[in-house]
Amino acid sequence: MAMEVTQLLINAQSIDGTVRKHAEESLKQFQEQNLAGFLLSLAGELANDEKPVDSRKLAGLVLKNALDAKEQHRKYELVQRWLALDMSTKSQIRAFLLKTLSAPVPDVRSTASQVIAKVAGIELPQKQWPELIVSLLSNIHQLPAHVKQATLETLGYLCEEVSPDVVEQEHVNKILTAVVQGMNAAEGNNDVRLAATRALYMALGFAQANFNNDMERDYIMRVVCEATLSPEVKIRQAAFECLVSIASTYYEKLAHYMQDIFNITAKAVREDDESVALQAIEFWSSICDEEIDILEEYGGEFAGDSDVPCFYFTKQALPGLVPLLLETLLKQEEDQDLDEGAWNIAMAGGTCLGLVARAVGDDIVPHVMPFIEEKISKPDWREREAATYAFGSILEGPSADKLMAIVNAALTFMLNALTNDPSNHVKDTTAWTLGRIFEFLHGSTIETPIITQANCQQIITVLIQSMNDAPNVAEKACGALYFLAQGYEDIGPNSPLTPFFQEIIQSLLAVAHREDATESRLRTAAYEALNEVVRCSTDETSTMVLQLVPVIMLELHNTLEGEKLSLDEREKQNELQGLLCGCLQVIIQKLGSEPTKSAFMQYADQMMGLFLRVFGCRSATAHEEAMLAIGALAYAAGPSFAKYMPEFYKYLEMGLQNFEEYQVCAVTVGVVGDICRALEDKILPYCDGIMTQLLKDLSSNQLHRSVKPPIFSCFGDIALAIGEDFDKYWRYSMPMLQSAAELSAHSSGADDEMTEYTNSLRNGILEAYSGIFQGFKNSPKTQLLIPFAPHILQFLDSIYMEKDMDEVVMKTAIGVLGDLADTLGSHVGGLIQQSVSSKEFLNECLSSEDHTIKEAAEWAKHAITRAISV
Amino acid sequence: MAPHEIRRPFKRRPISDQQKRRELSLLRQTQHRSDAQQRARNLASSVISLQSSSPDVDPEILSEAVPELDEGTESESSSFDVRQASRLRGPEARKWFARQLMLPEWMIDVPDNLSQDWYVLARPAGKRCFVVSSDGTTVSRVRNGSILHHFPSALPGGARKKGASGPANSYSILDCIFHESDQTYYVIDMVCWRGYSLYECTAEFRFFWMQSKLAETGACDPPSFYHKFRFSAVPFYNCDQSGLHSAYTGSLPYVKDGLLFYNKHAHYHTGNTPLVLIWKDESCSQYVIDTDNNGEVPNQQHIVLELQEEGKLVTSDDPPVPFSCLNADFVKESGLSSGSLIRFAIGDGGLKCVDGRFEKADLQYIGVSNRARAFADSYSKIMFQYMARHSPLKVEDLASTISHENQQDKPPEVDMSD
Repeated sequence: MAMEVTQLLINAQSIDGTVRKHAEESLKQFQEQNLAGFLLSLAGELANDEKPVDSRKLAGLVLKNALDAKEQHRKYELVQRWLALDMSTKSQIRAFLLKTLSAPVPDVRSTASQVIAKVAGIELPQKQWPELIVSLLSNIHQLPAHVKQATLETLGYLCEEVSPDVVEQEHVNKILTAVVQGMNAAEGNNDVRLAATRALYMALGFAQANFNNDMERDYIMRVVCEATLSPEVKIRQAAFECLVSIASTYYEKLAHYMQDIFNITAKAVREDDESVALQAIEFWSSICDEEIDILEEYGGEFAGDSDVPCFYFTKQALPGLVPLLLETLLKQEEDQDLDEGAWNIAMAGGTCLGLVARAVGDDIVPHVMPFIEEKISKPDWREREAATYAFGSILEGPSADKLMAIVNAALTFMLNALTNDPSNHVKDTTAWTLGRIFEFLHGSTIETPIITQANCQQIITVLIQSMNDAPNVAEKACGALYFLAQGYEDIGPNSPLTPFFQEIIQSLLAVAHREDATESRLRTAAYEALNEVVRCSTDETSTMVLQLVPVIMLELHNTLEGEKLSLDEREKQNELQGLLCGCLQVIIQKLGSEPTKSAFMQYADQMMGLFLRVFGCRSATAHEEAMLAIGALAYAAGPSFAKYMPEFYKYLEMGLQNFEEYQVCAVTVGVVGDICRALEDKILPYCDGIMTQLLKDLSSNQLHRSVKPPIFSCFGDIALAIGEDFDKYWRYSMPMLQSAAELSAHSSGADDEMTEYTNSLRNGILEAYSGIFQGFKNSPKTQLLIPFAPHILQFLDSIYMEKDMDEVVMKTAIGVLGDLADTLGSHVGGLIQQSVSSKEFLNECLSSEDHTIKEAAEWAKHAITRAISV
Repeated sequence: MAPHEIRRPFKRRPISDQQKRRELSLLRQTQHRSDAQQRARNLASSVISLQSSSPDVDPEILSEAVPELDEGTESESSSFDVRQASRLRGPEARKWFARQLMLPEWMIDVPDNLSQDWYVLARPAGKRCFVVSSDGTTVSRVRNGSILHHFPSALPGGARKKGASGPANSYSILDCIFHESDQTYYVIDMVCWRGYSLYECTAEFRFFWMQSKLAETGACDPPSFYHKFRFSAVPFYNCDQSGLHSAYTGSLPYVKDGLLFYNKHAHYHTGNTPLVLIWKDESCSQYVIDTDNNGEVPNQQHIVLELQEEGKLVTSDDPPVPFSCLNADFVKESGLSSGSLIRFAIGDGGLKCVDGRFEKADLQYIGVSNRARAFADSYSKIMFQYMARHSPLKVEDLASTISHENQQDKPPEVDMSD
């Protein structure tokens, strides 16, 4: 059955395009016509030491790709095909793969490791290939070093590929034992030790039970810490990566080891290779992440019922940790601010310092101030930049009280540095720091304002000047302006920005037009600042915002004028279209209600025309932004939006069909809701098409799952808009709702992410029910709904019993109970009285702290009383 | 294993403006969806019937000079909610709003179970009005439907201010008394809150809701730019001895004008209702006995009655209580027409009652009533005023009724056997 594939595989890597293409075609044909033979041939090629390395490696790669794909849908197909193969083929392939682990060529062994893990990923959950782990581990100690290395690598990949719950604890123990022994200093071969260390990184998720056992945990930690001292840099790096992962996975088990870990990480940060030092810093960043999360969740109090208490590792480490991080700030690279992809020890150290500030709050300030004071005016730009960065880092975390005096004292200095410092680096960081000051210490919640009548003019002048500086500095200046505007979000009718409004808008538009605006994200930053300035503007400046409309429309128009553009230029053009549509969206929301609405609506026709043209360009981002803007326009236009529907409809449908760029699909579903509310029953002529598409979306397994809950909510929007006419679709949508409800009644309780998704699905289903009930109310069609009442009540009861719904679902669910009672009335009085929802659940909601839940519950109580009394 | 790299955002906001736009859109959509649902639900519960015999007539062309619409043929009633009603203009609007208040009867005898079933509160002195907040503004209308103030407030939907008080489309209706000296709206009842109708809720629930919800919005805060007048919920008590005492003698930030009694189980019933009662005496009100236009107490009691077909003179009660009759020639001669409100003085003959029911009155014609009035006097008001001049119902009477009730309620004493 197997075939000679060597030549095909070599040809498939040929420089000659025709040869390559022909070979690829043949391989594809072979795969389609005879999958078993194809896979067997590839496995045989991979295992054959007499074949050329190149063909063996490609054989492994093609084999791997025949088992797995990124796309969920395709992956599922491939898995089914593998499972359907006959046993003898599979055993032969498995044997070839295991044999390859002892191949003398390292790349070939490594490819085989990955393929074995893929097969395991498919088979272990099906209880197939049960002997795999045992056969890998047997005799591991007697194996030659290169085979041992390949075996450990395979175990690592296997742990990455397979979920812990399909591997028995006994096997987990054996894997960990083999891995940790391989990491041990006693292991003389560095390749083996490195493979073992990397395998442990993958296997940490399996080690829950072992980390609960003091002795085993001590052993693992000792070996990991020893590995951080290995003479081999790659082993040290891999060992620190293990520590980083342990910091977040086993935070609560670390108290005993923190002193040692601090010493190890401090030494690595100061002395080791950058690749190692970065991981050592990352360990502390991860600890901070954990503590920030814990403290956020428990408000700083050690609550008796919390899962993980805060051990305040960061706080205890402050005296040593902060100086360590401050040292790193002085190790900047010359042009790190110009390089988007840069990541170095100074950046990692600065980022970590910011996290430390968030984790410990006020306590960090005295540890950092002396450094800032000493270095902020030094002749060496590195010292000035480091001091400024340190200052910027600690602005989030400590209280305003603690920072106010310092910031007030520093503000003038900062404004001066932004104008006059000779270093681009220092100016970049200074502008960023000003942005942080405005982000965290300026706004309605701050008692004593940083920005006053006395300094407002100066601040704005300096920022506007800096917008003419190098693109990286100008970008940060735009960012600072963004937060400056944001701080006046709820200022009331008179904004201190009003006198500068025109100038700010002009400057931002000028920045967006700079020749070099595409560098350093400058253009994006300029439009984002413009958006925020508009969002936070007051009625005083609405005429100026209105004047902005034709300007932005003209810009958008210019991007649509067809010139022949290179691929790169087109990409930038599309990005700009996205930004301009985003900007118009913000303006629509600002001006689309009275008293500015009528003046604004004069532009609606023209604007809609431009948006429709944007749909003609191929760019997901631009489509999404245009769609969002149209949603906002529909809301502002109300019933008069109907006139755009004939032309807009096909793009709406296109958006609903966009499975690949699911964000576009999701946004379009939301816009259908906007249009329903704007047009109400005038949307009816389009509903056949929309509903068909939505139903298709729901039954597709290609569409990203996050789009499905909003589709259900959208059913509700449509039903509410067209009322009893929804009966056309009722026959198709009710079964879908019903089966989705059954699925979501019980969350598998797997993890937070799954629970969150289940809740969003429940919310969508419930919103659909609400819309349908309210839409059908007072029509003879309500009869159609009566048979569904038992199911819906049961659904409500079961999600109540499950005790894992969030507040949003609670409110929607109790509302549905009311809608059901309200619409079906006495037909279901008895049923309602039998349900748990009408008693315990209702009472729970009635005594909720959340007023929206309470109100929905009052409504339900009221409706039920009427339904029962009739 | 692929090289492991952790790179964190550096000098960048964690959320892009695009993400922010996306989230704001979602938020807006969620809000509008929930508003739309809320609206659909309210059509069920807060529809208030606008009784109008000619829904097709443009309200604008109905001027004051046109004879009032015949109230006898209220057959066609169209359903209006407050949002639609707020689009009404002129007399139609006044007429509609005037009907939306629950009007207390005057206490002419003491109801049963005061201490169990009733609340008591001290009525603030001032203009009774109906405060509607919706679509970014707040309007107060006095009893005859005309506008008292048009202002921004912290009530839901009460000011054109984003974010602050919930969805833009939500509205609320409060039953208030505007107290001039401290420029405060004292809230005596809550009719709709955030679009949720309380018409069919008991007073017990409405009062609880009012006390808990009002403060949440900031409506009780001192005035500011977006909140021109302060609101304050009037304290209420169970009508037992101590509650009555607190309401009657307790010190309050406002000038009192009598006591209001609310039956705990009563829904908000528009128009006159015996389930809310007003009672006054000299020590808790400056205005026990009606004054004339000059603020002086006339020697004789004045009453206002409505002229109906065939010269019948009736009170504003539903059904109206006939008081007397005018001679058809006199009606013609004086240019009176059906629906006119006419002022009379009660002569020395007084009011004659048989078994507690009115039988006959000695009325002396004064003239057509002030045009600002929308209604005739109610039966209970005429009776209370009459009693106030002759044999008033005293606070001691109320107190003794309560203590009598309490004695009856007291469980018989039982000796413990062990």
